[in-house]
Amino acid sequence: MFAVKGLKKTFGNNTVLKSIDMQVDKGKVIAILGPSGSGKTTLLRCLNALEIPDEGIVGFDDHKVDFSQKVKQQELIQLRRKSGMVFQSYNLFPHRTVLENIMEGPVQVQKRDKKIVREEAIELLDKVGLKDKKDLYPYQLSGGQQQRVGIARALAIKPELMLFDEPTSALDPELIGEVLRVMRDLADEGWTMVVVTHEIKFAQEIADEVIFIDGGVIVEQGVPTEVLSNPKEERTQRFLHRILNPTD
Amino acid sequence: MLTSNMVLGGIVIPWELMQQSFWPILIEGIKVTIPLTLISFFIGIIIALITALVRISNIKPLRWIFNIYVSAIRGTPLLVQLFIIFYLLPELNVTLDPYPTAIIAFSLNVGAYASEIIRASILSVPKGQWEAGYTIGMSYRKTLFRVILPQALRVSVPPLSNSFIGLVKETSLASQILVTELFRKSQQIGATNLDQIVYIYILAAFIYWIICFILSLAQHQLERRLNRYTVR
Ligand SMILES: Nc1ncnc2c1ncn2[C@@H]1O[C@H](COP(=O)(O)OP(=O)(O)O)[C@@H](O)[C@H]1O
Ligand SMILES: [Mg+2]
Repeated sequence: MFAVKGLKKTFGNNTVLKSIDMQVDKGKVIAILGPSGSGKTTLLRCLNALEIPDEGIVGFDDHKVDFSQKVKQQELIQLRRKSGMVFQSYNLFPHRTVLENIMEGPVQVQKRDKKIVREEAIELLDKVGLKDKKDLYPYQLSGGQQQRVGIARALAIKPELMLFDEPTSALDPELIGEVLRVMRDLADEGWTMVVVTHEIKFAQEIADEVIFIDGGVIVEQGVPTEVLSNPKEERTQRFLHRILNPTD
Repeated sequence: MLTSNMVLGGIVIPWELMQQSFWPILIEGIKVTIPLTLISFFIGIIIALITALVRISNIKPLRWIFNIYVSAIRGTPLLVQLFIIFYLLPELNVTLDPYPTAIIAFSLNVGAYASEIIRASILSVPKGQWEAGYTIGMSYRKTLFRVILPQALRVSVPPLSNSFIGLVKETSLASQILVTELFRKSQQIGATNLDQIVYIYILAAFIYWIICFILSLAQHQLERRLNRYTVR
């Protein structure tokens, strides 16, 4: 359904991604793991053209963009509209209420009927457990609550693909669970998701496939039981050891 | 009520003259200085907004022109700008009264300075806000107008209201191109009372002060209202 072929991205003379291939089938959850600075965020941002790849084809069956050629702005916007993104730092609109944050995309971009969108937005808030917070402003919410609003805002545009960039790594430990729970529900509902995360246990539970990247290349990929419990590559082993035994 | 001169430590204060002059000066303030300020500021803000948007865009030749405009206005005295426009218009065969001429000069001046304020406040909005707009499918324009500007303008209100109060005082320069505003009125009254001219100027200063004091109270109210949703 969604695929990436020969993706390359360079910042100055720092080649961050060196020819990445990946495929995300409908309803599947892909977890991306890797050390800090390995290019996970850049990869995710290339998937919805927040970052423009130097080379490679990115897109859905019915809408592919070839970045080796000059790409029109409109094509990027079309690609972006098919995926929703959840940021590490939430990036909610501070001048709009929770409900307005969620309605912004469907009403302003998709030009859908305000009344229907409002009902859907309230349903989404119910899904993430924040129905009673609909009229508050982002600064009045905890980090975990803000991130759940961030998820609802991304879902509201009815994307085909949901992208998550370390959605819990800015959160206090006691708030991580509430966000992961929402994400697990989404996975159970059949959403197609690509999740960059350091939560190994969580990845093990919800991912259909795990991709381990380091130095801008996919070092290892496969089902969680293989990659996470039984990694073949030494780099994967070392990374997992470090993350599971932080004090060693 | 004091109706005659008052002696204070050897200085004779002409109360009567000051009382007589108070209303004529204040009336020019209300009739000319305040509208001049309001109109120039309003037009200036529109120019500033356009200038700021062009300067953050990537429309190369236009950006250049606006950069030069801002640099030239910021690099020259307002009084000199006033004189240039006052004497330039007739050269271009444009006949304009001093009052609209002053409006042109002040608007251009406000436009340049306020554009710097607005540009800085646009740049102060975190990059993540642009990206959040893009990821829900917005274009550059839509993100700018729905996400970035509402936040940026809120940030720019305090410095812009300072500019506004500053402009009230700067309009006194319009007296130099024969606009009969608050200060020129005091000059005229002073000219017929040369012995007491300093008291007329003190009176003028006092009236400016009152106007600016009232405006600063309004500024505080406005800022308090704007801060309601952005307490962090
Ligand atoms: N906008 C950018 N400009 C220059 N270098 C960047 C930019 N974004 C990321 N990088 C570099 O790309 C590399 C990968 O970064 P990133 O994708 O954020 O890694 P990760 O998310 O895995 O920690 C880092 O070396 C980082 O410094
Ligand atoms: Mg990252």
